[in-house]
Amino acid sequence: MAEQNEIKTNRLVVRLATAAIAMFGFGFALVPLYDVFCDITGLNGKNFSQGPAEVASVDRSRTVKVQFVTVNPAGMPWDFKPTVRSMRVYPGEDKHTTFYAKNSTGEWMVAQAVPSVTPSEAAPYLHKVNCFCFDRQPLDAGTDTEMPLLFVVDPELPEHISTITLSYALYDLTDDQKVAQLKLDNDKGRTSL
Amino acid sequence: MATVDVDLPHVKDEDPHHHGPAKGFGRWLYTTNHKDIGSMYLIFSLSMFMIGGIMALIIRAELFQPGLQLVEPNFFNQMTTMHGLIMVFGAVMPAFVGLANWMIPMQIGAPDMALPRMNNWSFWILPFAFLILLSSLFMPGGAPNFGWTFYAPLSTTYAPESVTFFIFGVHIMGASSIMGAINIIATILNMRAPGMTLMKMPLFVWTWLITAFLLIAVMPVLAGVVTMMLMDIHFGTSFFNAAGGGDPVLFQHVFWFFGHPEVYIMILPAFGIISEIIPTFARKRLFGYSSMVYAVASIALLSFVVWAHHMFTVGMPLVGEVFFMFATMLIAVPTGVKVFNWVATMFRGSMTFETPMLFAIAFVVLFTIGGFSGLMLAIAPADFQYHDTYFVVAHFHYVLVPGAIFSIMAATYYWLPKWTGHQLNETMGKLHFWLSFVGVNVTFFPMHFVGLAGMPRRIPDYALQFADFNSMASVGAFIFGFSQLVFIYNVIQNVRAGEKATAQVWEGAHGLEWTIPSPAPYHTFSTPPKVG
Repeated sequence: MAEQNEIKTNRLVVRLATAAIAMFGFGFALVPLYDVFCDITGLNGKNFSQGPAEVASVDRSRTVKVQFVTVNPAGMPWDFKPTVRSMRVYPGEDKHTTFYAKNSTGEWMVAQAVPSVTPSEAAPYLHKVNCFCFDRQPLDAGTDTEMPLLFVVDPELPEHISTITLSYALYDLTDDQKVAQLKLDNDKGRTSL
Repeated sequence: MATVDVDLPHVKDEDPHHHGPAKGFGRWLYTTNHKDIGSMYLIFSLSMFMIGGIMALIIRAELFQPGLQLVEPNFFNQMTTMHGLIMVFGAVMPAFVGLANWMIPMQIGAPDMALPRMNNWSFWILPFAFLILLSSLFMPGGAPNFGWTFYAPLSTTYAPESVTFFIFGVHIMGASSIMGAINIIATILNMRAPGMTLMKMPLFVWTWLITAFLLIAVMPVLAGVVTMMLMDIHFGTSFFNAAGGGDPVLFQHVFWFFGHPEVYIMILPAFGIISEIIPTFARKRLFGYSSMVYAVASIALLSFVVWAHHMFTVGMPLVGEVFFMFATMLIAVPTGVKVFNWVATMFRGSMTFETPMLFAIAFVVLFTIGGFSGLMLAIAPADFQYHDTYFVVAHFHYVLVPGAIFSIMAATYYWLPKWTGHQLNETMGKLHFWLSFVGVNVTFFPMHFVGLAGMPRRIPDYALQFADFNSMASVGAFIFGFSQLVFIYNVIQNVRAGEKATAQVWEGAHGLEWTIPSPAPYHTFSTPPKVG
């Protein structure tokens, strides 16, 4: 009886400990799971449409205000701003605008912009046909550039959305680039920075 | 709770080799006795309650008047952070584990916990976890200062260096909680006396069974999220660093996935305690025993799908806000069932108002106030006004102080005669109750008003118009804080001397623990009782 109880207890303890370990793993699994969930539901304004967009016709019955916002995260010294702060567009119409970036430091740097759309409900309807955010942007010390953005607002955009805000955060990837370069050099049998 | 008829063959120690506890410090270090470990948990919890309380008083002293008087803003932030961490993980949770250790074996007729050796371990790693956490106060850069919710990247990129010690502290206390929970589940499921079916168990045992499952489900997630922080800080990962492709909001999701069940971990055992005390002093059976069990189970299940109501303002889409708003409000239904049952138990009972009952009634009333302010916070559109204000502080202190803490005090006064063998000093108990009751309300009620008016939390200074309510709150806090010295006096006095308590202790008490003599012998139920 007592022995049987001990076997029962041991089995239960193993199960509960396994559950605890599984929940530890589940905590980490939440990281990709939230991404998958957001991709499916479009909840966080990250599921943009990229590349050529197939838009049936231009909807001239209404206009949508598209605002451009730029953000420099902590430690990013570049001068980064939209050349036009906002524009009115017809849904379905191809639009072109640019963003200005200047590397005002004394060193060569690489950066990449990461977009975000508000309201997030509008994210799937803002097609970026071509965007500077698709690529990394290197800039020599003290130089500047105008970076292009070509976009279409889908005519399917829900009626109640009249303003879309497109925000870019510009991240410094210089260190990553240097590491990659170093690796490349190492592969060639040279060691340099 | 179902009435239990007990046939108790012999209570005195039948084994001559097992007479009493060992002598000296070794007794406490090596003990595997559930009563010793329970006592150690409770004493540990009380000392943490005092340390966390001193921090609260530093906070309230600084906030007595607008402007900066006593402490540096950075130290103020360390105080709010450490106060929260110590009270949640060091005071409330160990107190409940201590009560579980003492009472669960005695309530289900078991000789000890199922895993006594592990029980010793899960207690003894706890002081080290808090030693590590507290030592960070003396490190260069100071203790963690990012709030007890330690939102990344504030707690990673911008944190003081002591954050690594905080992370290890959380790992250790998490391991302790998980071991404790496994032990409690194994005890309840495998060690019940013959005839003690699940639906005959006292509600304190039921609520702890459910709480233990919650602990096993979410403490590992907490361990996971602090591990992610550790990796972000030291190993170059970017879980929460946007520059590396991570997402700061992810932190809040993972944290609150742990955090919301955690708040129920701190209140479900309290529900159990109150459901023991009210029937005793109303001299009636608990109204709606099975509905109480189902209500606790549904609160526990719902706690997993409401986490995002802590983060309505992060920019969630409307669908998300609506879902989390209604899911949260749904929890008011089983909670309402419980409050209704407590009131119905008291209804037409022949009530007496001994100290434990006073605390229990105060719990029902004040916890309900905290529940209602919680419902207000659940209204997503209104939450944008309340978010991160003193209204939130008022809300969770109402559910935690006159909620969880009052229930722990009620439990202590209720079972203390059983532990020490001495009747309570009712005069001193009532003095403690009334000072605490007044102190708590004077402290936390004004916070509702300054919160609604927009006073932000976790800031050492505030606008002039909040001055009166804040000085009131500070006065209340000092009354409440110092009245706990009466509590300590009561406990020590009761351990040392007092009128001899009977086995029954309270006239209306039912349950196995009241069938054994007071003080409870070192070994109880070596032969299981028969529960009819």
